[in-house]
Amino acid sequence: MIGNLPFVACMVLIALGLWTLVFKRNLIKLVIGIGLIESGVNLFLVALGYVRGGVPPIYTYAPAGAPMVLPTPQALTLTSIVIGLATTALMLAFAVVIYRHKGTLDARKIRDLRG
Amino acid sequence: MTVVVRTVARVLFPVALVFGGYVIMHGHLTPGGGFQGGAVAASALAMVLVAFGAGRLKDKKGLLSALESLGGTAFVVLGFLGLGLTYFANVLAGSYGLFGRPVPYGPNPGDLNTAGTLPLMNWAVGFKVLAGLGAAVLLFALFGGEDDR
Amino acid sequence: MSRWVALAAFLLVAGFLLFGAVALRPFGDPPRTEMDQYFNRYSQPEVAANNAVTAIVFDYRGYDTLGEATVLFTAVTGVALILRRLRA
Repeated sequence: MIGNLPFVACMVLIALGLWTLVFKRNLIKLVIGIGLIESGVNLFLVALGYVRGGVPPIYTYAPAGAPMVLPTPQALTLTSIVIGLATTALMLAFAVVIYRHKGTLDARKIRDLRG
Repeated sequence: MTVVVRTVARVLFPVALVFGGYVIMHGHLTPGGGFQGGAVAASALAMVLVAFGAGRLKDKKGLLSALESLGGTAFVVLGFLGLGLTYFANVLAGSYGLFGRPVPYGPNPGDLNTAGTLPLMNWAVGFKVLAGLGAAVLLFALFGGEDDR
Repeated sequence: MSRWVALAAFLLVAGFLLFGAVALRPFGDPPRTEMDQYFNRYSQPEVAANNAVTAIVFDYRGYDTLGEATVLFTAVTGVALILRRLRA
């Protein structure tokens, strides 16, 4: 239980993002919630590849004999971070457009397809 | 913004750009690489945007667009270099040419002149990320605001 | 009413997430796959790079990075398209 505390922390982060998505109405807050979920998933992926007592998978002045952390989750998390950033920029652009057209950021009030 | 913010931004802008270039350049030796260094350099751009306003960078959209295209094209061309074997094969590594020095196995101090096409690809992706993020932030500053200030 | 349903669903999903985190493999003991050991062992002789992560991102999985650059480009294009239509 206590050994899995990093995983639990990642899941708490994801759950906070889900809470934001379910119970908040402001579009900016929804974007922040999606960002929280992204951060939680990225942290979880990196934490999955951790080896106890491991050093980063970089040989420049690496301590001899220490095990190395798995490199593949880190490389793919790098991809995931950039894609998350791109989607965040796109979502914020949509929020700007919605605010211009509707005059509000409340997700309840912009649910109709009029206008 | 106030004169304090502007002065600090003026001092820190080249420092942040140089640090981004350092992170990109040592991407194959230390933690970092094209994406991270490009993000650092783009943060310098965002700092200028906050301090001086979007009007200062309004005519830089063409430059950013050209940088993004240049980075993407360079990345694809570098991938095609290895087409004798496979796409993205590293033909320069261990060839004793540009970035072609071999590395010993195991922990070593690190040598900038290694890793073949990796540093070149780091630069390409770094320029691409710098231009992409900078263009996104600049577009938000130019067109996303409440009024025309 | 729908708030309570949403709360129940949220609690269910959060409970599953926490249960999964606790019941997972112990932290710091991942499955030693052959792929990761290969990357850590051969990134120096094959790619001549000290940084195994960079070796994966730009050499072994260059296609992923190409797609990622495409996604970034598409997103910036979309932002430009959406925002420029407002003011022009």
